Amino acid sequence: MIRFLLNRLLLIIPTFIGITIVAFAFVRVLPGDPILMIAGERSVSPERYQALLAQFGYDRPIWVQYWDYLSGIFQGDFGTSISTKRPVIRDFLTLFPATVELAFCATIFAVVLGIPAGIIAAVKRGTWFDQTLMGTALVGYSMPIFWLGLLLIIFFSGYLGWTPVSGRIDLLYFFPAVTGFMTIDSLLSGQDGAFVSALRHLILPTITLGTIPLAVIARQTRSAMLEVLGDDYVRTARAKGLSPGQVIGVHALRNALIPVVTTIGLQVGVMMAGAILTETIFSWPGIGKWMIDAISRRDYPVVQAGLLLIALIVMAVNLIVDVLYGLINPRIRHN
Amino acid sequence: MKLMKTLLAASAVIALTAGAAQAKTLVYCSEGSPEGFDPAPYTAGTTFDASSRPIYNRLVQFTKGASTTEPGLAESYEVSEDGLEYTFKLRQGVKFHTTDYFTPTRDFNADDVLFSFERQWKSDHPWYAYSTGITWEYFNSMSMGDLLTSIEKVDDYTVKFTLSRPEAPFIANLAMDFASILSAEYAAQLEAAGTLDMLNQQPIGTGPFQFVNYQQDAAIRYASFDEYWNGVQPIDDLVFAITTDPAVRLQKLQAGECHIMPYPNPADLEVIKADPNLQMMEQEGLNIGFLAYNTQQAPFDNAAVRKALNMAIDKQAIIDAVFEGNAEIAKNPIPPTMWSYDEATVDDAYDPEAAKAALAEAGVENLSMKVWAMPVSRPYNPDARRMAELIQADFAEVGVTVEIVSMEWAEYLEQSSQVDRDGAVLLGWTGDNGDPDNFLAVLLGCDAVGGANRAQWCNEEFDALVQEAKTISDQAARTELYVKAQEVFKREAPWATIAHSLVFMPMSTKVTGYVMDPKGTHAFDGVDITE
Repeated sequence: MIRFLLNRLLLIIPTFIGITIVAFAFVRVLPGDPILMIAGERSVSPERYQALLAQFGYDRPIWVQYWDYLSGIFQGDFGTSISTKRPVIRDFLTLFPATVELAFCATIFAVVLGIPAGIIAAVKRGTWFDQTLMGTALVGYSMPIFWLGLLLIIFFSGYLGWTPVSGRIDLLYFFPAVTGFMTIDSLLSGQDGAFVSALRHLILPTITLGTIPLAVIARQTRSAMLEVLGDDYVRTARAKGLSPGQVIGVHALRNALIPVVTTIGLQVGVMMAGAILTETIFSWPGIGKWMIDAISRRDYPVVQAGLLLIALIVMAVNLIVDVLYGLINPRIRHN
Repeated sequence: MKLMKTLLAASAVIALTAGAAQAKTLVYCSEGSPEGFDPAPYTAGTTFDASSRPIYNRLVQFTKGASTTEPGLAESYEVSEDGLEYTFKLRQGVKFHTTDYFTPTRDFNADDVLFSFERQWKSDHPWYAYSTGITWEYFNSMSMGDLLTSIEKVDDYTVKFTLSRPEAPFIANLAMDFASILSAEYAAQLEAAGTLDMLNQQPIGTGPFQFVNYQQDAAIRYASFDEYWNGVQPIDDLVFAITTDPAVRLQKLQAGECHIMPYPNPADLEVIKADPNLQMMEQEGLNIGFLAYNTQQAPFDNAAVRKALNMAIDKQAIIDAVFEGNAEIAKNPIPPTMWSYDEATVDDAYDPEAAKAALAEAGVENLSMKVWAMPVSRPYNPDARRMAELIQADFAEVGVTVEIVSMEWAEYLEQSSQVDRDGAVLLGWTGDNGDPDNFLAVLLGCDAVGGANRAQWCNEEFDALVQEAKTISDQAARTELYVKAQEVFKREAPWATIAHSLVFMPMSTKVTGYVMDPKGTHAFDGVDITE
């Protein structure tokens, strides 16, 4: 197990360096630069342009800039945003909890509904339930997030008036951010109705972001279960006279979960991408929306640090998943 | 007294917190996040709406709903005979905001004026580079650095600006956002505490609303300033609910989550008009959408060719299809609401046959060209792609083949400025300060070739007229010169002028007293909500 972990950890180093290069190069490969974006239709004189390039240090050779970026990171300095003039890391830490809160709820939503749905569909294979469920999952999987989000808003917020349209909490409530998680902060604030308001604001974004992972998890669980249910040891368990609950819950599920856990881990990366769209639609102040703004403004420091931080998080989650995988499946540990 | 003020400011916060029934809160669904709360380093309207408009005042200000100026923090000013010296008499008894982070000990005076401008001007000023990577883009692009010779404090309530050359738009420049007046006393406090950055995050001004709190990318809160020199506001609190997507903004407006929103989708206008709970204000924007030829590239270096192509464009069809009828045909480079607009100009009427003949006469055959379509939607051009397709069809009628070019916005801005650019570019402009110079010199002056002058057009006759108009302060005399300049423009046709659009502002029927600004800014002083 320790060797397995060490191997995993060692892999992080080249991945990390690779990501810094990609993050650094990505925004520079895009045409245009922050100065032109600031100037807009007005444009900027060549002399002024050169002066600004020099001021931001973008007139230096590219490897010097890269070295600057890399050495900054190792000293914990992620740079300063060109547009807001605030340290990138501070903006990131302010906004990140909002994304985590949303992604966490979406994951719970996807797992809690997806795994049981997949199990039932597998057990009742070929029935109308199975077919309806898998049909729905396919639709959910193919639905563009932007369209789904807007549709939910128009129907549930606009037409039925059940949920708020966007934001994290009713503007009526206003309290300092302690943890950055609105559900927790609203409880800490002790204000009547704040927690409920925060929950109500979470419903539609959670469904929007969680739908694709939900569909993927349900389908993955179903096929993994089907495979396992056909295995010899399940037949043996049945032959021993174990109850169907025990056969499915203890013998089949544990083995079926292995690929499902991997899928859940991979969905975290997918969710980061989905969060960008979901946050934009629901005016959710998280890092997805922040990155989009930074890319369109060519805010080099934000893009190169933001991409790196997000990549690190996805890496960390996948590392945890790998460890969990080892725990669930002893064969991995021993190989 | 100090305690009293702190309590008042605090009570505004508490009123919001508790959702007190009496507090009148106006919620504005704004379209984006402000970059900061010090307006001078920025150029984005979204930032100005959240900073300079609610929080600050300027020496002179734009009259609400117009592009003319009126006294602001300066009660009056005098201009010397030679047009080089501007002496401002400052208003007395103007208070700065009192917040939990700053309590002023004195009223607004000349020191604040000097501070507000010198920090942008003098590179040795302690506030010139107060934050990493800070630059003074508007101050620079309005050439204020070259223009100013000195700013002197004559006494506490008199300030004299000396210019290096007569500059008629100078007063209009002082009404712009970058010229907002900040508190020198507050700056000194921050300097002493070593927290210069806070100037951009916890602003202090003299404006109608004082800053309460900014939840990044989510909401900005302001409270009405009780001691505002120009009267207390009818509302108690102002909240900006940041909502990027226009369709979502409309949903919020319809659900009553906000009272007023900017930039509706053109396709939603009918829905809004039909909603009994909503009203819609509209105004002619101070803007122009145009197609700029590259006048340094053959055959577009020939004015006859440009004129011929202009005749081939069916502008009315564009207005119907792209603006859904909410625009008017542009014949001049400046909008009709701007002074000096030349009513007498005769537009190149849509006439494909005449266009074909004119092209033949100019010896142009089998012309193929590029038309550039912007990738973003702007009030002056909500759908450039569609516009380019219509122009493509129009030009095909006269035997000109068009290839539509589009690229990402940053690249578009860069490439379209290049002198050797291939093809004609769709772009536009919304005025900054209501002065014709802000259109004619900025977009068509010889200095701007390779920059904002996307036609790469340097016409000596035109340039001389515009430059001369800049140096005289008599508006009638300037008008005469600008009319002549517009005649030269029409004759030479560096652009196909396409449209001046209407700008819309949907709001709840509860909102009263909102005045639209032709320059496209959004301000909420004087606005009330009825229950």
